[in-house]
This record gives sequence, structure tokens and C-alpha cells, in this order.
Amino acid sequence: MTSHASALLGAYVPGRSWLHRLPAGAKLLGLFAAGLVTMLWRGPAASVAVLVVAVAVFTSTGASWRLTLRGLRGLAITLALLAAFHAWQNGPGRAVEIVGDLLALILLATALTVTTPVQDLIDAIVLGLRPLERLGLRTEPIALAFSLMIRAIPSTLLIAEETRDAAIARGLQRDPRARLTPLVIRVVRRARETGDALHARGIGDD
Amino acid sequence: MSTIRYTEASVRVPTTTGARTILHPLTLELTESSVALIGANGSGKSTIARLVNGLVEPTSGTVEVDGLDVVRQGAAVRRKVGFVFTDPAAQLVMPTAGEDIALSLRRTHPDKHERLAAAERVLADHGLEGFGERSVHGLSGGERQLLALAGVLATGPDVVVADEPTTLLDLANSRRVGDLLMSLPQQLVLVTHDLELAARCERALVVADGRIVHDGSAAEAVERYRSIA
Repeated sequence: MTSHASALLGAYVPGRSWLHRLPAGAKLLGLFAAGLVTMLWRGPAASVAVLVVAVAVFTSTGASWRLTLRGLRGLAITLALLAAFHAWQNGPGRAVEIVGDLLALILLATALTVTTPVQDLIDAIVLGLRPLERLGLRTEPIALAFSLMIRAIPSTLLIAEETRDAAIARGLQRDPRARLTPLVIRVVRRARETGDALHARGIGDD
Repeated sequence: MSTIRYTEASVRVPTTTGARTILHPLTLELTESSVALIGANGSGKSTIARLVNGLVEPTSGTVEVDGLDVVRQGAAVRRKVGFVFTDPAAQLVMPTAGEDIALSLRRTHPDKHERLAAAERVLADHGLEGFGERSVHGLSGGERQLLALAGVLATGPDVVVADEPTTLLDLANSRRVGDLLMSLPQQLVLVTHDLELAARCERALVVADGRIVHDGSAAEAVERYRSIA
């Protein structure tokens, strides 16, 4: 795994920051609250303010900015396209708002994952969903699906990088089919392999 | 040792023009401590291995492990049979080494703290001491395959099925993983292109075009495979 693929929504990095010490449930609630704030507090000034807070929170974790920025490079095209579209359709203020909100939430989510072992996240989700068990909901598969989702992000980014490199090596870097087709096929294949692995380990048999 | 029994087990897959036979009806009993499956790519050896824990279901016939049908009693079979895949990156489903081992231990260790402590012990037992908080992405190929194997062994299986477990490894790691597999007290079913490793098994089967074309001692089977390859 290349370092920048694993940096985005990265794996847990042990540390002693205040965010490391905060319970996983509180951090999940905080991320949820941040999402609500970005929806309810509109305008470019609000987005910039939330982004500043997100930058401060992320910096306080002690996680590597260099690796995170390299990881964010993969999203740069998407963010640039979004910004261009909204600047064209709704004006520059709206573009700043959309991109600022997205960046802030990505940084806060990364701060959550680098300061929280996945097992703690799963436990917090199971605890939060426990009242629904009375209605017959099985919480463990939901929690496992959550952790698999986090695990899949760096894997998918790695496949995207390898696919891009292969297209460049064949001189097809400008051909979207040469990049997208193998990417989709490999991601689906990896999903099937992961399904086989879960099946082989008896996950879902309980 | 366990008894793995194939009774007229065949596997066919649908195609645009009808169906293709991956495995012709196979009747076979495996009771040895180690059995190698060797053959060309696409010959059907992985299919034979995947039938053992229900990753592939027979189109006709049955496959049983110690009398348990792999289709009707799949959950019980999977508790007895551990599976090691070629690419450990697909097998390791949790972000850190400790969490991945802990996933294997969730049935035997319901308490989270006990589970994580047990996971550390499992890691140490397999030469991965102190790896608990290491990201699975940051491990070398050999370390990942050792971790995948440790995750399988943590569940206490009676049978270990390994599908080309050394194919992606360099020579040193290939030997390390091979030595560990051959030293297991569990029954081993090993799909491999490594003929040196296959030769260390008690019994070997040569597979070609969905059929077993040789069944005997490993040395004989390796010779036979070399003659038809």
C-alpha cells in the first residue's frame, strides 16, 4: 500500500491527544453534529469557519499533515470539478461553501479514524444501536459492515492508483475507459474476495 | 485426522452457451495429515479445495467433513475448516493486525479486553509480537500471509485448507509460510505450484481438466505432474 492511499481516512495511529482520550461514541456524535452544522449553517463564511475548526481539530491529533494532504490529492479532481460546477451554476460563494464543507467533514472523519481503534468504533455503534435489538435488529453485522467500509477506502484508493499507473504505462492516461473499466472490475473482484474471506471465517454463521 | 469425503461431487458453471464443467464427478476420501493438490492454472484444484468449506457448492453429489455436509451443515463445517487464501490482502478484513485476529476470536472470547489480550498472544505465537496496532496495509507480504494464517489458526480448526498460500511471496517468506504450514498439527489440504512444498506432503493429487489424473505419494505425483506439464 502506498503511503498516500492509506493516509486518507487512515488507520488508527496510537497517541495521547485529547481526541485519543475521548470516547469513540462522543467522537461519532461530534462528527454527526458537525454534519448537521454544515447543513444548517449556510454560506461561505460559515463553511470557512467550520473548515478552520476542522483544521484545528485535525492538527491537535498529531497526525501527519503531509500524508493526509497526499491522500487528499486523490480527491482534488472531484473537489475541483464540484467547485467549477457550482461556481458556474451558483456563483463562487456556493462553490466555497460546498468544497469547504466537504473538506471539513473529510478532515473531521480522518481525525476520528486516526484517533480511534476500529474495535472501539464498532463497540460504540453496537452500544448506540442496542435499543433497536428489542425490535429484532442484529447490531453486530451493522457494526462489521461499518468497519469493512473504513477498511475498503484505502484498498480502493490503492487499486485506483495501480489502475492509473497501468494506464499511464500504456500511454492511455487520457482514456477514461482504460482507467475506469479495470478499476470497476478490480473493485468488484476485491469485494467478492472479501465476501469469500468473511464466509470462510464463518462471519454471518452465528 | 478428519475425514474429507467427496461423493460424486461435480461443479458446473453457467455460460452464455450452456454450462461448463469445472469439476467432473469426483469420489475421493482424504484422511492423511497433509494432501497436496497440484496442476495447471484452471485445472480445477482450487475448486476441489473450495468445496471443503462450502466456498464452492457442488452442482451434484456431496462433500462431507467428518460426516458434516458442507452445504446443509455449512456453519458447523466452517468451524472445523480454516481457509487461507492466495492474497492475504483480501483475507484481512480489519484495519489492524490485532483487530483482525480479534475478529476470529469473537466467538470464543466475548469480552473485548480478553479478546484483544488473546489476539496479542496469538500474534506472539506466530512471530508477530507487537504487531497488534500495526495497520495491515503496512505489513510486508510475508507478514500479511503469516497474519492471515494466524487468524485462521486462532479459531482452532481441525482442517486447514490453503489455496496457493506462497504464490505471492518471495523465497524467504515462502519458506517461512511453507514451514509453518507443514508443522501444523491440523490436517492440511494444500493447493500449490511449489513442487518442493508439495513433495513434503503425505499424499498428492494431480488435477487436469477437472479430473484427478494421479493420486499417490507426493514424490510420484510431482514426477507425474512434471511429465504432463
